[in-house]
Amino acid sequence: MSKVRIWDGREAWLVTRYDDVRFVLRDQRFSVNPHHPGWPPMSAGQGATRRDLKPNIFALDNPVHNELRRMQSADFRIAQIEGWRPRVQQLVDEAIDAMLEMPKPVDLWEAFALKIPSIVICELLGVAYEDSEFFQHHSDRLVKTGSTSEEIGESMDALRGFLRDLVEKKVVTPTEDILSRMATQQVKEGLLTASEVADLCVMLLIAGHDTTSNTICLATILLLQHPDQLEKFRNGDDEVVAKGVEEILRFLDVPHLGRRRVALEDVEVGGQLIRAGEGVIAAQMIADRDETAFEDPDKFDIDRDARHHLGFGFGTHQCLGQPLVRVEVQIALATLFRRIPTLQLAVPMEEIRFDYDALVYGVHELPMTW
Amino acid sequence: MKIKVDQHNCIGAGNCAQLAPKVFSQREEDGVVILLDETPGDSEAEDVAKAVKICPAQAISVSEG
Repeated sequence: MSKVRIWDGREAWLVTRYDDVRFVLRDQRFSVNPHHPGWPPMSAGQGATRRDLKPNIFALDNPVHNELRRMQSADFRIAQIEGWRPRVQQLVDEAIDAMLEMPKPVDLWEAFALKIPSIVICELLGVAYEDSEFFQHHSDRLVKTGSTSEEIGESMDALRGFLRDLVEKKVVTPTEDILSRMATQQVKEGLLTASEVADLCVMLLIAGHDTTSNTICLATILLLQHPDQLEKFRNGDDEVVAKGVEEILRFLDVPHLGRRRVALEDVEVGGQLIRAGEGVIAAQMIADRDETAFEDPDKFDIDRDARHHLGFGFGTHQCLGQPLVRVEVQIALATLFRRIPTLQLAVPMEEIRFDYDALVYGVHELPMTW
Repeated sequence: MKIKVDQHNCIGAGNCAQLAPKVFSQREEDGVVILLDETPGDSEAEDVAKAVKICPAQAISVSEG
Protein backbone atom coordinates (compact mmCIF):
# COMPACT_ATOMS: atom_id res chain seq x y z
CA MET A 1 0.00 0.00 0.00
CA SER A 2 1.40 3.38 -0.91
CA LYS A 3 0.42 6.99 -1.32
CA VAL A 4 -0.03 8.20 -4.88
CA ARG A 5 -0.63 11.62 -6.38
CA ILE A 6 -3.81 11.88 -8.41
CA TRP A 7 -4.56 14.14 -11.40
CA ASP A 8 -5.45 17.20 -9.27
CA GLY A 9 -2.22 17.06 -7.26
CA ARG A 10 -3.74 15.63 -4.10
CA GLU A 11 -2.62 12.39 -2.48
CA ALA A 12 -4.60 9.22 -1.96
CA TRP A 13 -3.82 5.73 -0.68
CA LEU A 14 -3.50 3.08 -3.37
CA VAL A 15 -4.66 -0.27 -1.98
CA THR A 16 -3.66 -3.24 -4.15
CA ARG A 17 -3.66 -6.49 -2.12
CA TYR A 18 -6.68 -8.74 -2.59
CA ASP A 19 -7.55 -8.98 1.11
CA ASP A 20 -7.01 -5.26 1.68
CA VAL A 21 -9.18 -4.25 -1.28
CA ARG A 22 -11.99 -6.49 -0.03
CA PHE A 23 -11.57 -5.02 3.44
CA VAL A 24 -11.82 -1.42 2.23
CA LEU A 25 -14.75 -2.05 -0.09
CA ARG A 26 -16.87 -3.78 2.53
CA ASP A 27 -16.03 -1.60 5.54
CA GLN A 28 -18.61 1.11 6.13
CA ARG A 29 -15.97 3.41 7.61
CA PHE A 30 -14.91 4.05 4.02
CA SER A 31 -17.41 6.30 2.29
CA VAL A 32 -18.29 6.73 -1.40
CA ASN A 33 -19.60 10.24 -0.75
CA PRO A 34 -18.06 12.56 -3.38
CA HIS A 35 -19.10 15.63 -1.38
CA HIS A 36 -16.46 14.72 1.16
CA PRO A 37 -13.37 16.87 0.46
CA GLY A 38 -11.02 13.88 0.73
CA TRP A 39 -12.82 11.77 -1.85
CA PRO A 40 -10.47 11.20 -4.84
CA PRO A 41 -12.27 11.69 -8.18
CA MET A 42 -10.99 10.00 -11.34
CA SER A 43 -11.25 13.18 -13.41
CA ALA A 44 -12.35 16.79 -13.09
CA GLY A 45 -15.58 16.09 -14.97
CA GLN A 46 -16.37 13.01 -12.95
CA GLY A 47 -15.82 14.79 -9.67
CA ALA A 48 -18.21 17.58 -10.65
CA THR A 49 -20.87 15.19 -11.94
CA ARG A 50 -20.85 12.98 -8.92
CA ARG A 51 -21.29 15.95 -6.64
CA ASP A 52 -24.13 17.23 -8.78
CA LEU A 53 -26.32 14.14 -8.74
CA LYS A 54 -28.91 13.25 -6.14
CA PRO A 55 -29.86 10.60 -5.19
CA ASN A 56 -27.05 8.83 -6.98
CA ILE A 57 -26.77 5.21 -5.98
CA PHE A 58 -22.99 5.25 -6.65
CA ALA A 59 -22.48 8.16 -4.27
CA LEU A 60 -24.48 7.23 -1.18
CA ASP A 61 -23.52 5.26 1.89
CA ASN A 62 -25.74 3.00 3.94
CA PRO A 63 -28.44 2.86 5.09
CA VAL A 64 -29.74 5.07 2.25
CA HIS A 65 -27.79 3.18 -0.42
CA ASN A 66 -29.30 -0.20 0.40
CA GLU A 67 -32.78 1.29 0.56
CA LEU A 68 -32.46 2.69 -2.96
CA ARG A 69 -30.73 -0.39 -4.26
CA ARG A 70 -33.56 -2.59 -3.05
CA MET A 71 -35.99 -0.61 -5.17
CA GLN A 72 -34.19 -1.94 -8.24
CA SER A 73 -32.76 -5.26 -7.16
CA ALA A 74 -35.94 -7.31 -7.77
CA ASP A 75 -35.36 -6.93 -11.50
CA PHE A 76 -31.81 -8.26 -11.22
CA ARG A 77 -32.61 -11.43 -9.29
CA ILE A 78 -30.92 -14.54 -10.70
CA ALA A 79 -34.27 -16.14 -11.58
CA GLN A 80 -35.44 -12.97 -13.31
CA ILE A 81 -32.27 -12.52 -15.37
CA GLU A 82 -32.03 -16.21 -16.29
CA GLY A 83 -35.46 -15.71 -17.86
CA TRP A 84 -33.81 -13.28 -20.30
CA ARG A 85 -31.53 -15.95 -21.81
CA PRO A 86 -33.77 -16.81 -24.78
CA ARG A 87 -34.22 -13.12 -25.64
CA VAL A 88 -30.48 -12.39 -25.33
CA GLN A 89 -29.73 -15.44 -27.51
CA GLN A 90 -32.17 -14.17 -30.11
CA LEU A 91 -30.60 -10.69 -30.11
CA VAL A 92 -27.11 -12.16 -30.39
CA ASP A 93 -28.15 -14.37 -33.31
CA GLU A 94 -29.84 -11.47 -35.08
CA ALA A 95 -26.76 -9.27 -34.63
CA ILE A 96 -24.53 -12.05 -36.05
CA ASP A 97 -26.93 -12.62 -38.98
CA ALA A 98 -26.71 -8.91 -39.77
CA MET A 99 -22.92 -8.87 -39.42
CA LEU A 100 -22.55 -11.78 -41.84
CA GLU A 101 -24.35 -9.72 -44.48
CA MET A 102 -22.13 -6.66 -43.99
CA PRO A 103 -19.09 -5.83 -46.12
CA LYS A 104 -15.90 -6.78 -44.31
CA PRO A 105 -14.19 -5.66 -42.19
CA VAL A 106 -16.96 -5.22 -39.65
CA ASP A 107 -16.54 -3.11 -36.54
CA LEU A 108 -17.39 -5.62 -33.82
CA TRP A 109 -17.75 -2.85 -31.26
CA GLU A 110 -20.61 -1.15 -33.02
CA ALA A 111 -22.22 -4.04 -34.88
CA PHE A 112 -22.23 -6.46 -31.99
CA ALA A 113 -20.64 -5.67 -28.65
CA LEU A 114 -22.49 -2.41 -28.03
CA LYS A 115 -25.72 -3.49 -29.65
CA ILE A 116 -26.50 -6.38 -27.31
CA PRO A 117 -26.28 -4.60 -23.93
CA SER A 118 -27.88 -1.44 -25.37
CA ILE A 119 -30.98 -3.25 -26.60
CA VAL A 120 -31.23 -5.35 -23.44
CA ILE A 121 -30.96 -2.42 -21.01
CA CYS A 122 -33.46 -0.41 -23.08
CA GLU A 123 -35.92 -3.32 -23.00
CA LEU A 124 -35.37 -3.90 -19.28
CA LEU A 125 -35.96 -0.24 -18.48
CA GLY A 126 -38.81 0.13 -20.93
CA VAL A 127 -37.14 2.59 -23.32
CA ALA A 128 -37.82 2.33 -27.06
CA TYR A 129 -34.71 1.16 -28.90
CA GLU A 130 -35.25 3.91 -31.48
CA ASP A 131 -33.94 6.26 -28.79
CA SER A 132 -30.74 4.30 -28.23
CA GLU A 133 -28.58 6.54 -30.44
CA PHE A 134 -29.51 9.48 -28.25
CA PHE A 135 -28.59 7.42 -25.18
CA GLN A 136 -25.35 6.20 -26.70
CA HIS A 137 -24.17 9.69 -27.53
CA HIS A 138 -24.84 11.00 -24.06
CA SER A 139 -23.67 8.01 -22.04
CA ASP A 140 -20.46 7.96 -24.10
CA ARG A 141 -19.69 11.51 -22.98
CA LEU A 142 -20.32 10.56 -19.36
CA VAL A 143 -17.64 7.86 -19.27
CA LYS A 144 -14.84 9.67 -21.11
CA THR A 145 -12.32 11.24 -18.74
CA GLY A 146 -11.71 13.92 -21.39
CA SER A 147 -15.27 15.25 -21.17
CA THR A 148 -15.59 18.65 -19.52
CA SER A 149 -17.89 19.07 -16.57
CA GLU A 150 -20.17 21.20 -18.82
CA GLU A 151 -20.43 18.36 -21.35
CA ILE A 152 -21.08 15.84 -18.62
CA GLY A 153 -23.68 18.08 -17.01
CA GLU A 154 -25.40 18.64 -20.35
CA SER A 155 -25.55 14.94 -21.18
CA MET A 156 -26.69 14.03 -17.71
CA ASP A 157 -29.49 16.61 -17.89
CA ALA A 158 -30.56 15.35 -21.32
CA LEU A 159 -30.78 11.76 -20.11
CA ARG A 160 -32.47 12.63 -16.83
CA GLY A 161 -35.01 14.85 -18.58
CA PHE A 162 -35.88 12.14 -21.07
CA LEU A 163 -36.24 9.47 -18.41
CA ARG A 164 -38.28 11.76 -16.14
CA ASP A 165 -40.79 12.38 -18.92
CA LEU A 166 -40.94 8.67 -19.61
CA VAL A 167 -41.52 7.86 -15.91
CA GLU A 168 -44.34 10.39 -15.79
CA LYS A 169 -45.96 8.73 -18.80
CA LYS A 170 -45.60 5.32 -17.19
CA VAL A 171 -47.30 6.50 -14.00
CA VAL A 172 -50.42 6.89 -16.16
CA THR A 173 -49.94 3.95 -18.52
CA PRO A 174 -47.54 1.41 -17.02
CA THR A 175 -46.11 -1.46 -19.08
CA GLU A 176 -43.93 -4.43 -18.02
CA ASP A 177 -40.53 -2.92 -17.26
CA ILE A 178 -38.35 -1.31 -14.58
CA LEU A 179 -39.44 2.28 -15.21
CA SER A 180 -43.10 1.26 -15.02
CA ARG A 181 -42.57 -0.73 -11.85
CA MET A 182 -40.78 2.19 -10.22
CA ALA A 183 -43.41 4.61 -11.51
CA THR A 184 -46.15 2.53 -9.91
CA GLN A 185 -44.39 1.52 -6.68
CA GLN A 186 -42.37 4.66 -5.95
CA VAL A 187 -43.79 7.69 -7.74
CA LYS A 188 -47.48 6.87 -7.45
CA GLU A 189 -47.02 6.04 -3.76
CA GLY A 190 -45.21 9.33 -3.19
CA LEU A 191 -41.94 7.67 -2.07
CA LEU A 192 -39.77 9.13 -4.84
CA THR A 193 -40.37 11.83 -7.45
CA ALA A 194 -40.20 11.10 -11.17
CA SER A 195 -36.87 13.00 -11.24
CA GLU A 196 -35.43 10.84 -8.48
CA VAL A 197 -36.44 7.68 -10.31
CA ALA A 198 -34.88 9.11 -13.48
CA ASP A 199 -31.63 9.74 -11.57
CA LEU A 200 -31.52 6.16 -10.36
CA CYS A 201 -32.31 4.73 -13.78
CA VAL A 202 -29.80 6.90 -15.61
CA MET A 203 -27.17 5.01 -13.63
CA LEU A 204 -28.48 1.67 -14.87
CA LEU A 205 -28.44 2.95 -18.39
CA ILE A 206 -24.84 4.13 -18.22
CA ALA A 207 -23.59 1.13 -16.30
CA GLY A 208 -25.31 -1.18 -18.77
CA HIS A 209 -23.60 0.21 -21.86
CA ASP A 210 -19.84 0.50 -21.88
CA THR A 211 -18.81 -2.08 -19.33
CA THR A 212 -20.40 -5.08 -21.01
CA SER A 213 -19.54 -4.03 -24.55
CA ASN A 214 -15.90 -3.38 -23.73
CA THR A 215 -15.68 -6.71 -21.95
CA ILE A 216 -17.03 -8.45 -25.07
CA CYS A 217 -14.54 -6.67 -27.38
CA LEU A 218 -11.49 -7.14 -25.18
CA ALA A 219 -12.43 -10.77 -24.49
CA THR A 220 -12.64 -11.41 -28.24
CA ILE A 221 -9.06 -10.16 -28.65
CA LEU A 222 -7.93 -12.04 -25.53
CA LEU A 223 -9.36 -15.37 -26.72
CA LEU A 224 -7.87 -14.92 -30.22
CA GLN A 225 -4.48 -14.35 -28.58
CA HIS A 226 -4.84 -17.67 -26.72
CA PRO A 227 -5.86 -20.23 -29.37
CA ASP A 228 -5.67 -23.20 -26.99
CA GLN A 229 -7.99 -21.49 -24.52
CA LEU A 230 -10.29 -20.43 -27.34
CA GLU A 231 -10.59 -24.05 -28.54
CA LYS A 232 -11.63 -25.20 -25.07
CA PHE A 233 -14.06 -22.30 -24.76
CA ARG A 234 -15.62 -22.86 -28.19
CA ASN A 235 -16.06 -26.59 -27.68
CA GLY A 236 -17.12 -26.33 -24.06
CA ASP A 237 -20.56 -26.78 -22.55
CA ASP A 238 -22.43 -24.06 -20.63
CA GLU A 239 -20.39 -24.75 -17.51
CA VAL A 240 -17.07 -24.31 -19.34
CA VAL A 241 -18.34 -21.08 -20.88
CA ALA A 242 -19.58 -19.74 -17.54
CA LYS A 243 -16.26 -20.55 -15.88
CA GLY A 244 -14.34 -19.06 -18.80
CA VAL A 245 -16.29 -15.83 -18.51
CA GLU A 246 -15.39 -15.52 -14.80
CA GLU A 247 -11.72 -15.80 -15.77
CA ILE A 248 -12.28 -13.19 -18.50
CA LEU A 249 -13.87 -10.83 -15.96
CA ARG A 250 -10.96 -11.36 -13.56
CA PHE A 251 -8.30 -10.95 -16.22
CA LEU A 252 -9.74 -7.88 -17.95
CA ASP A 253 -11.30 -5.91 -15.09
CA VAL A 254 -12.53 -3.17 -17.44
CA PRO A 255 -13.31 -0.54 -14.74
CA HIS A 256 -9.55 -0.02 -14.64
CA LEU A 257 -9.22 3.05 -12.45
CA GLY A 258 -10.10 1.37 -9.17
CA ARG A 259 -12.93 2.13 -6.73
CA ARG A 260 -12.78 5.44 -4.89
CA ARG A 261 -13.42 5.89 -1.19
CA VAL A 262 -12.64 8.28 1.67
CA ALA A 263 -11.94 7.25 5.27
CA LEU A 264 -14.54 8.59 7.73
CA GLU A 265 -12.37 7.71 10.72
CA ASP A 266 -8.88 6.35 11.38
CA VAL A 267 -8.75 2.76 10.12
CA GLU A 268 -5.88 0.30 9.93
CA VAL A 269 -5.70 -1.62 6.65
CA GLY A 270 -3.12 -4.37 6.22
CA GLY A 271 -0.97 -2.87 8.97
CA GLN A 272 -1.12 0.68 7.61
CA LEU A 273 -3.05 3.41 9.37
CA ILE A 274 -5.34 5.40 7.09
CA ARG A 275 -6.42 8.64 8.74
CA ALA A 276 -9.89 10.12 8.74
CA GLY A 277 -10.37 12.30 5.66
CA GLU A 278 -7.77 10.56 3.51
CA GLY A 279 -8.75 9.34 0.05
CA VAL A 280 -8.41 5.69 -0.91
CA ILE A 281 -8.21 4.02 -4.32
CA ALA A 282 -9.16 0.38 -3.90
CA ALA A 283 -7.52 -1.05 -7.02
CA GLN A 284 -9.62 -4.14 -7.66
CA MET A 285 -7.94 -4.70 -11.04
CA ILE A 286 -4.54 -5.07 -9.35
CA ALA A 287 -6.00 -7.18 -6.54
CA ASP A 288 -7.34 -9.57 -9.16
CA ARG A 289 -3.71 -10.30 -10.07
CA ASP A 290 -2.71 -11.00 -6.44
CA GLU A 291 -0.99 -14.38 -6.22
CA THR A 292 -2.36 -14.97 -2.74
CA ALA A 293 -5.84 -15.08 -4.28
CA PHE A 294 -5.09 -16.54 -7.74
CA GLU A 295 -2.26 -18.95 -8.55
CA ASP A 296 -0.05 -17.72 -11.39
CA PRO A 297 -2.31 -14.67 -11.67
CA ASP A 298 -0.92 -13.20 -14.90
CA LYS A 299 -1.79 -16.37 -16.77
CA PHE A 300 -5.12 -16.35 -18.61
CA ASP A 301 -6.54 -19.77 -17.78
CA ILE A 302 -10.20 -20.52 -18.41
CA ASP A 303 -10.00 -23.71 -16.36
CA ARG A 304 -9.35 -21.88 -13.11
CA ASP A 305 -12.02 -21.14 -10.54
CA ALA A 306 -11.98 -17.33 -10.60
CA ARG A 307 -15.46 -16.70 -9.27
CA HIS A 308 -14.10 -14.76 -6.28
CA HIS A 309 -12.66 -12.06 -8.57
CA LEU A 310 -13.42 -8.42 -7.85
CA GLY A 311 -14.41 -7.40 -11.37
CA PHE A 312 -17.84 -6.40 -10.12
CA GLY A 313 -16.41 -4.71 -7.03
CA PHE A 314 -17.13 -5.90 -3.50
CA GLY A 315 -19.17 -4.74 -0.53
CA THR A 316 -22.43 -2.90 -0.59
CA HIS A 317 -21.76 -1.26 -3.97
CA GLN A 318 -21.01 -4.46 -5.85
CA CYS A 319 -22.47 -4.30 -9.37
CA LEU A 320 -26.26 -4.62 -9.33
CA GLY A 321 -26.34 -5.85 -12.91
CA GLN A 322 -23.81 -8.65 -12.54
CA PRO A 323 -26.21 -11.53 -13.32
CA LEU A 324 -27.15 -9.72 -16.52
CA VAL A 325 -23.53 -9.07 -17.51
CA ARG A 326 -22.79 -12.77 -17.03
CA VAL A 327 -25.69 -13.87 -19.22
CA GLU A 328 -24.86 -11.33 -21.96
CA VAL A 329 -21.12 -12.03 -22.09
CA GLN A 330 -21.56 -15.82 -21.92
CA ILE A 331 -24.08 -15.92 -24.77
CA ALA A 332 -22.36 -13.26 -26.89
CA LEU A 333 -18.89 -14.84 -26.82
CA ALA A 334 -19.94 -18.49 -27.07
CA THR A 335 -22.28 -17.79 -30.00
CA LEU A 336 -19.85 -15.49 -31.80
CA PHE A 337 -16.99 -18.01 -31.85
CA ARG A 338 -19.24 -20.97 -32.68
CA ARG A 339 -21.06 -19.28 -35.53
CA ILE A 340 -17.99 -17.57 -37.00
CA PRO A 341 -15.19 -20.08 -36.35
CA THR A 342 -12.71 -18.25 -38.59
CA LEU A 343 -13.23 -14.90 -36.83
CA GLN A 344 -10.02 -12.85 -36.73
CA LEU A 345 -8.74 -9.29 -36.42
CA ALA A 346 -8.84 -7.40 -39.73
CA VAL A 347 -5.82 -5.26 -38.81
CA PRO A 348 -2.55 -6.00 -37.00
CA MET A 349 -2.87 -5.90 -33.23
CA GLU A 350 -0.72 -2.72 -33.08
CA GLU A 351 -3.36 -0.79 -34.99
CA ILE A 352 -6.15 -1.41 -32.49
CA ARG A 353 -6.75 1.84 -30.61
CA PHE A 354 -7.34 1.16 -26.93
CA ASP A 355 -9.33 3.61 -24.88
CA TYR A 356 -6.99 4.23 -21.96
CA ASP A 357 -8.66 7.54 -21.14
CA ALA A 358 -12.13 6.28 -20.38
CA LEU A 359 -13.36 5.25 -16.94
CA VAL A 360 -14.00 1.87 -18.50
CA TYR A 361 -11.08 0.39 -20.41
CA GLY A 362 -11.89 -0.70 -23.94
CA VAL A 363 -11.43 -0.13 -27.66
CA HIS A 364 -12.47 2.71 -29.97
CA GLU A 365 -13.39 0.19 -32.64
CA LEU A 366 -12.61 -3.42 -33.43
CA PRO A 367 -12.33 -4.26 -37.15
CA MET A 368 -12.93 -7.97 -37.65
CA THR A 369 -13.02 -10.32 -40.60
CA TRP A 370 -13.57 -14.06 -41.18
CA MET B 1 -23.06 -27.36 9.13
CA LYS B 2 -25.50 -24.71 10.27
CA ILE B 3 -26.10 -21.62 8.16
CA LYS B 4 -27.20 -18.14 9.17
CA VAL B 5 -28.05 -15.27 6.85
CA ASP B 6 -28.22 -11.57 7.58
CA GLN B 7 -31.13 -10.17 5.57
CA HIS B 8 -30.54 -6.67 6.86
CA ASN B 9 -27.09 -6.34 5.29
CA CYS B 10 -27.80 -8.46 2.19
CA ILE B 11 -27.57 -6.45 -1.05
CA GLY B 12 -29.32 -9.02 -3.23
CA ALA B 13 -26.35 -9.71 -5.49
CA GLY B 14 -27.66 -13.27 -5.79
CA ASN B 15 -24.31 -15.04 -5.98
CA CYS B 16 -25.36 -17.50 -3.27
CA ALA B 17 -28.63 -18.35 -5.00
CA GLN B 18 -26.73 -19.02 -8.19
CA LEU B 19 -24.04 -21.17 -6.59
CA ALA B 20 -26.20 -23.20 -4.18
CA PRO B 21 -29.82 -22.95 -5.34
CA LYS B 22 -30.95 -25.71 -2.97
CA VAL B 23 -29.73 -23.73 0.03
CA PHE B 24 -30.33 -20.08 -0.92
CA SER B 25 -33.01 -18.23 -2.81
CA GLN B 26 -33.98 -14.57 -3.27
CA ARG B 27 -37.01 -12.66 -2.01
CA GLU B 28 -39.22 -11.72 -4.92
CA GLU B 29 -39.74 -8.07 -4.03
CA ASP B 30 -36.10 -7.05 -3.56
CA GLY B 31 -33.77 -9.97 -4.20
CA VAL B 32 -32.74 -10.27 -0.55
CA VAL B 33 -31.45 -13.71 0.46
CA ILE B 34 -33.84 -16.38 1.70
CA LEU B 35 -32.41 -19.39 3.50
CA LEU B 36 -34.08 -22.54 2.15
CA ASP B 37 -32.07 -25.07 4.11
CA GLU B 38 -30.49 -24.13 7.42
CA THR B 39 -28.64 -27.44 7.79
CA PRO B 40 -27.76 -28.76 4.34
CA GLY B 41 -25.86 -32.01 3.82
CA ASP B 42 -22.18 -32.42 3.01
CA SER B 43 -22.93 -32.44 -0.71
CA GLU B 44 -23.62 -28.73 -0.49
CA ALA B 45 -20.56 -27.89 1.63
CA GLU B 46 -18.31 -26.79 -1.21
CA ASP B 47 -20.84 -24.49 -2.84
CA VAL B 48 -21.86 -23.00 0.51
CA ALA B 49 -18.21 -22.29 1.36
CA LYS B 50 -17.83 -20.53 -1.96
CA ALA B 51 -21.00 -18.54 -1.36
CA VAL B 52 -19.67 -17.41 2.02
CA LYS B 53 -16.42 -16.31 0.43
CA ILE B 54 -17.87 -14.33 -2.45
CA CYS B 55 -20.84 -12.73 -0.68
CA PRO B 56 -20.09 -9.00 -1.09
CA ALA B 57 -22.05 -8.05 2.01
CA GLN B 58 -20.70 -10.93 4.12
CA ALA B 59 -24.27 -11.79 4.96
CA ILE B 60 -23.75 -15.55 5.24
CA SER B 61 -22.09 -17.36 8.10
CA VAL B 62 -21.60 -21.06 8.79
CA SER B 63 -21.06 -22.79 12.10
CA GLU B 64 -20.40 -26.41 13.07
CA GLY B 65 -23.24 -28.73 13.98
